[in-house]
Amino acid sequence: MNTIPLSNIDLALASLLVILDAVLSLVLRLKLERQILIALVRMCVQLTLVGLVLKTLFALVSPWWTGLAILVMVLFAGREIMARQERRLQGWWAYGLGTGCMFIGAGLVMIFALTTQLRPDPWYDPRYVIPLLGMILGNTMTGISLGLDTLAGQLTRERSAVEAQLMLGATRWEAALPVARGALRRALMPIINSMAATGLVALPGMMTGQILAGAEPILAVKYQMLIMFLIAGGTGMGSVAAVLGGVYRLTDSRHRLRLDRLGAPR
Amino acid sequence: MLQVRDLQRPGLSPVSFDLNDGECIAVQGPSGSGKSLLLRAIADLDPNQGEVRLNGDAREGMTGPAWRRRVIYVPAESGWWSDRVGEHFADWERAIPLLQALFLPAEARDWPVQRLSTGERQRMALARALVLQPRVLLLDEPTSGLDSEAAAAVEQLIGERLHDGAGVLWVTHDAAQARRIAKRCLSVENGRVHATIL
Repeated sequence: MNTIPLSNIDLALASLLVILDAVLSLVLRLKLERQILIALVRMCVQLTLVGLVLKTLFALVSPWWTGLAILVMVLFAGREIMARQERRLQGWWAYGLGTGCMFIGAGLVMIFALTTQLRPDPWYDPRYVIPLLGMILGNTMTGISLGLDTLAGQLTRERSAVEAQLMLGATRWEAALPVARGALRRALMPIINSMAATGLVALPGMMTGQILAGAEPILAVKYQMLIMFLIAGGTGMGSVAAVLGGVYRLTDSRHRLRLDRLGAPR
Repeated sequence: MLQVRDLQRPGLSPVSFDLNDGECIAVQGPSGSGKSLLLRAIADLDPNQGEVRLNGDAREGMTGPAWRRRVIYVPAESGWWSDRVGEHFADWERAIPLLQALFLPAEARDWPVQRLSTGERQRMALARALVLQPRVLLLDEPTSGLDSEAAAAVEQLIGERLHDGAGVLWVTHDAAQARRIAKRCLSVENGRVHATIL
């Protein structure tokens, strides 16, 4: 690989473009300059820290440290799912359901990829595990949070339709099926759209990064395809689990609709 | 037939009464007094405590859906879960005599639900419940949006079910209707239920 090295001065020069945005905001009175500068600093600090963490992890190649990094990533993604809900489930379910389903969805496709296609040596090599998990988590998280948010919103709006079925003797699964279908469609739409648009409308960041870093384009494309397959699988499994879990929690064993288990809208 | 003992839930003080075979009990009381809460609790649609038995069988001895196929609650405002009217009926052909008795057109099967007027929806929802032949009907103002002719048809149809041995709880604001359909009445006020003779 013949990567063109980037010096700190090169980066500082490029960051002037963001400063330019801040100046534009000042001149045009967009009142965004504060946010722009904070976002700029946050990005630089966060990425530098991640770079240092990754460098350490890659040097250590320890199953324990890699496992800890995975745990932290999953827990943060779970928090993000919770934050994106307009009406959360009450109690631990708010955090537990999304996090658990993401763990299942992302975990299964990760194990599949690491044992079948990639087979790094050792299998927990952080150089493969961490970036792969990062991309899978980011997308599964979107699917699960969209699915759960739609489920809670639609069960509330369609309450009379769902209960009409329950009143006539439908089970909770039969009654919630139309709403659950809608929630799953919402959850899967982003990954379907991004598969359809990839390459034509947008060059995926991972692939571009690899090409810039000197990889063979065809190999970069293959990696990108692999990632998309894994994301689609993880999103599918994770959101089905989350929506079914949501239906389970928002109904009870007497097959009643239990919207009282949802928190107030935020 | 239907035994209710110490049934209670938030917004409803403990209530006990019996509903006999072929009997209709009117349920009366001001808006917001808890009439719908009472019917929903009997149908086990919300968390509640107390003992409810049908012909001696405890509600908890069967699943929620099995209970609700025997004891059907028909709310004042009907819900619709599909686009077409016919999709809300398991067997449209069997519903046709009921639809005719309620002045509803048999060709409504392929209509979108939005095409039904308020009164048509109310009668269609009643037909949807009656076709399942429940033992007990919990009717929440089944004639509130109907003209006198359609209301009379509903009373007539429910009367036939009573004759066949079904039990009915009928929420009504109309004192004359209560006297026509029932001999006993449950008066609900601020979540408290009193039995009275009409």
